[in-house]
Amino acid sequence: MRIVVPIKQVPDMTEVKFDVEQGRVDRSSAGAEINPFDMNVLEAAVQIKEKLGGTITAISMGPPQAEAALKDAMARGADRGVLLVDRAFAGADTLATSYTLASAIRKLGEFDLIICGEKTVDGDTGQVGPEIAEHLGIPHVAYVSKLAEVGEKLVVACDMEGVRYSIQSGFPVLITVTKDVNTPRLPSLRDKLNARKAKVEVWDAEALSSVADKGRFGVQGSPTMVHKITIPSEEGRKGRVFRGAVDESVKGFMAEIEKAGILGGIGIK
Amino acid sequence: MNDYAGLMVFAEQRDGKIHPVAYELLGKGKELADRIGIGVSSVVLGHQMEEEAQELIYYGADKVFLYDHPALEDFDLLNYKHNIVRLVKEVKPEVFLLGATHLGRSLGPRVAVALSTGLTADCTGLGVDKDGSLIQIRPAFSGNILAHIKTKTRPQMSTVRYKVMPKGVRDASRKGEIIKKDAKIVPSLLTIVNREKSGEINIAEADVIVSGGRGLKRAEDFSILAELAKLCGGVVGSSRPLVDDGWIGKEHQVGFSGNTVKPKLYIACGISGSSQHLAGMRDSDVIVAINTDPSAPIFKLADYAIVGDLYEVVPKLTNEIKSRSS
Repeated sequence: MRIVVPIKQVPDMTEVKFDVEQGRVDRSSAGAEINPFDMNVLEAAVQIKEKLGGTITAISMGPPQAEAALKDAMARGADRGVLLVDRAFAGADTLATSYTLASAIRKLGEFDLIICGEKTVDGDTGQVGPEIAEHLGIPHVAYVSKLAEVGEKLVVACDMEGVRYSIQSGFPVLITVTKDVNTPRLPSLRDKLNARKAKVEVWDAEALSSVADKGRFGVQGSPTMVHKITIPSEEGRKGRVFRGAVDESVKGFMAEIEKAGILGGIGIK
Repeated sequence: MNDYAGLMVFAEQRDGKIHPVAYELLGKGKELADRIGIGVSSVVLGHQMEEEAQELIYYGADKVFLYDHPALEDFDLLNYKHNIVRLVKEVKPEVFLLGATHLGRSLGPRVAVALSTGLTADCTGLGVDKDGSLIQIRPAFSGNILAHIKTKTRPQMSTVRYKVMPKGVRDASRKGEIIKKDAKIVPSLLTIVNREKSGEINIAEADVIVSGGRGLKRAEDFSILAELAKLCGGVVGSSRPLVDDGWIGKEHQVGFSGNTVKPKLYIACGISGSSQHLAGMRDSDVIVAINTDPSAPIFKLADYAIVGDLYEVVPKLTNEIKSRSS
């Protein structure tokens, strides 16, 4: 099975700061890591390879530092890492990002399965996976929570608002997996050390010129733009505080919500 | 760009019923379209959906494009995409909206790429700029900021979260046109071999949610919250750390990376209120917070703040409500 896994390096979301005046995210304010959802992607790829053999190619678009994420992916079982770095790729929205990644996948050659994470924790759109599939003209299944069968054919389970579908597909196909699909294992120390020596291939815009239209990369190829940034406001809340003895608090609270008609509103008189 | 006009809403259906997010989009869409001075249309793909298509008119559509075919009865990604793309190329709406449901988030990106246009994910607000273009507002960075996004290409496409826009007003005297389209069926490549109710609770639909956070000491103690939730006809919710620790299933998770909820009553028990959690429940009608720490961020958002230990407060609250409902 020839597997391709697009991954992303993201800031640690618990640390990241943003500059509201500038409308920019200060990525230097937080450490960088592999998108947590991509851990499940790598685990899924490794499990398939362990069973069926084959190759895993990890691919990422980002700044030169994103090499670290690809090395980490190689420590976790990817055979090859390809990093797409060029100023021309910068400022890409999901359309340009998915186009660039799809172009690179085309250049890699034939493949059977592309596995993407459900979404990234920073962009949080969940769009890039299905968009790559459309660029490549292959089907996809999103929100896959279980790989039931991978071999001659692919059978996966995906959950859509309380309904679980079991879907069968041939190859090539793209899937996006949720955190329920598996529990990622930790890389061994030896794998980590080996990955440090691993060589990540670096491709620039020119390297994709045989498979892509450079006008569709980066800002130029991005139809959406951030017009401004605001901070969500909290207004109109009552802000009644009850403190002290619990009995008193609960009684006081009950009296107030009764008066406000809230209990009636949920069918309690 | 000038030959694009009108606003179109994709009306998702499941088992022949229109998903309510479509009625929300029609309500909001009608308001925006009136401001721009354009018409509203809707597209529905399914089988024997004529009565439901009529509902879309009652909720604000002037025209409904109806694709009726047995192959479209359940979600078929490539056939849905193929027919929608053909329709959009023919009708040329300047705005195309989908619900940010699992189906909408899977289908929308494919339609956008096929049309070489932009798609803004998971919007919680929509507006119109001075030049008549769409302003798409979405929470970013765990809900800490709101990004206002504009699209250069047409149609301007967004997926919009369920339950953030008010449902439109149903007016059974509204007139509109149902236009039957011939579905072109392409090889599906994906086969649904089974479908079943996954038994998951549908937290997004609940009127009352009693949620637990780090203030809970053990997974079993969710039962304390469950009793109160059951009494109020509600369901149990959870903050993310407890889901990550495996104390409760992901279908209970409220927050930016879980479910966005908008119940009539949200009771947060032992939840301090990370921005990631607040982003998922800030639109609840009434928010009650119970926490031992008076400086917990959740209190800033609460209508009613009870400073105290959930292990004392919640059972007392349960008893009080019991005595009233019996």
